[in-house]
Amino acid sequence: MLTTILKNILRFIVLILVQIIVIRNIELGRFINPFLYVLFIIALPFETPKWLLILSGFVLGITIDMFYDTMGLHAAAGVFMAYIRPSILKLFSPREGYEFGTQPTIQYLGVPWFISYSGILIILHHLVLFYLEVFRFSEFFYTLLRVFLSSVFTLLFVVLTQYLFQNKKDAE
Amino acid sequence: MRNLLLFILRNYFIFLFLLLETLCIYLVVQNNFYQRASFINSSNAVSANILAASHDVNQYFLLKDANEKLLKENAELRGKTLASFSILVNDVHSVNDTTYHQKYTFTSASVVKNSTNLRNNFLTLDKGSTQGIKKDMAVITSTGVVGYVKDVSGNFCTVMSLLNSKSIFSSKIKKDGSYGPLMWDVDDNYSNATLHDIPTHVRLITGDTIVTSALSTTFPENIMIGTVESFVRKSGEFFYTVKVKLSTDFKKISHVYIVNNILKDEQEELEKKSETDNKEN
Repeated sequence: MLTTILKNILRFIVLILVQIIVIRNIELGRFINPFLYVLFIIALPFETPKWLLILSGFVLGITIDMFYDTMGLHAAAGVFMAYIRPSILKLFSPREGYEFGTQPTIQYLGVPWFISYSGILIILHHLVLFYLEVFRFSEFFYTLLRVFLSSVFTLLFVVLTQYLFQNKKDAE
Repeated sequence: MRNLLLFILRNYFIFLFLLLETLCIYLVVQNNFYQRASFINSSNAVSANILAASHDVNQYFLLKDANEKLLKENAELRGKTLASFSILVNDVHSVNDTTYHQKYTFTSASVVKNSTNLRNNFLTLDKGSTQGIKKDMAVITSTGVVGYVKDVSGNFCTVMSLLNSKSIFSSKIKKDGSYGPLMWDVDDNYSNATLHDIPTHVRLITGDTIVTSALSTTFPENIMIGTVESFVRKSGEFFYTVKVKLSTDFKKISHVYIVNNILKDEQEELEKKSETDNKEN
C-alpha cells in the first residue's frame, strides 16, 4: 500500500519534469502539443478513492499550469479527465471485474484494452484543454484538428512509456 | 436539511467535480479577460528557478549565435548613438538652440522560458521590478519586436509574445507611412504574422519593410517587424491583408532589451485629460 503511494508520487514528479523539460521543447509542427503527463491519471490504481482521484487531477493540472502560464486550463482538463475515468473503466471492464491489486496498464490488461481505454481519456482531456484554450468557436475545425493530432502523439508517448516501465519490471 | 446533507454526501463525487471544475473555469475566464492571478504563473519563485536552471543548459548551445549577434549589434549602435533620442527644438528664442532630450532607456535581459508552438505564447525574462521593469513595457531584440511585459515579480517578468492570439501591434509600411494593426492569425506559423487594413492605393511590393508606428506609446518608432511576403485584397474589402515575414526568429531568442518610455506617463496623462474634458462639454 505504502509502496504504491510512494511509487505514484514519484511518477507524478517524474512525469511533470519530463513534460516541462523535455516534451515542452519538442517541436512536432505548429499544432501538435503532446501532453504525456496525463499518464499519471491513466495509470492510477483501480482502488484509488474517487475524491483522491479528482484531487490528484486538480493538483496535477495546476502544477502543469504554473509552468505553461495557462492558469486553470490544464487543471480544468485534468479534473474532467479524473471525473470521467470511473465511467470509462466501467465501460471497458471485463465480465468478472478487475482483479484486486492490478493496475490499468498494458502489462496487466493488454494492448487493445489499454489503447481504447487511454485513447478515449486522452481525446476527452484534449478536447476540454484545447477548446478552453482557444475560448471561442471561430476556429472550430482548426482546434478539432489540433485535438486529434495531439491525441495521437500523446497516446504514442503514453504507450512507449508503458513499454519502458514494463521492461524494467521484467528485469527485476 | 438532514436529507439535503445525506444527498450531498451520497453524490459527493459529482459535487466535488462540479466545485473544482467551476473553480478551474473561473480561473481560466479571469485569466482571459482580466489580470492573470498573480501568484500562479511562471514568474513565481519555484517554477521560474527550475526553468532558469533548464535554460542555463540550453543557452550554451546558442552562445555562438548570440555572440555574433551582439558583435553585429555593437557595430550598428556605434553608428547611430542618437537613435533613441527625440529632438526638442526651442523656437521661442530665435537663437538656433537645439538640444536632445532622452525618451527611451533600455534594459538587457535574457530569456528563461519561451514557446512558439502554442496558440497563446509567452516568454519569461530574468528581470523584474527590482530592476525597474513595469507592466506594458516593450520588449525587442536586435532583429525586431518581441512583445510587451505582461506581469512582473521581484526578479522575473512574463512577456506576451507577438505569437499570441491576443497581441496587436500598431505598425506601418516604412516607405510611405500607411499604418494598420498587426496580428498573429490562426493560419500564421512562428515566422509570420498578418497586417490588416492597408489601403489599396498603397503600392505594395514583396519585400517592403514593416516597422512599428509612432502611434504606440510603448514601442519606439521604426523598430523592425518584418518584410512583406504576400498580400491579397479579399473580394468586397477596400483593404489589403498583408502576410508579413517576421525579422525575429522566435525560436532562437536568447537576449532581449526591455524598453522604457520615460515620457509615456506624461503623454497618457495629457491624452486622458483631453478625453475627460471632451466628455464634460
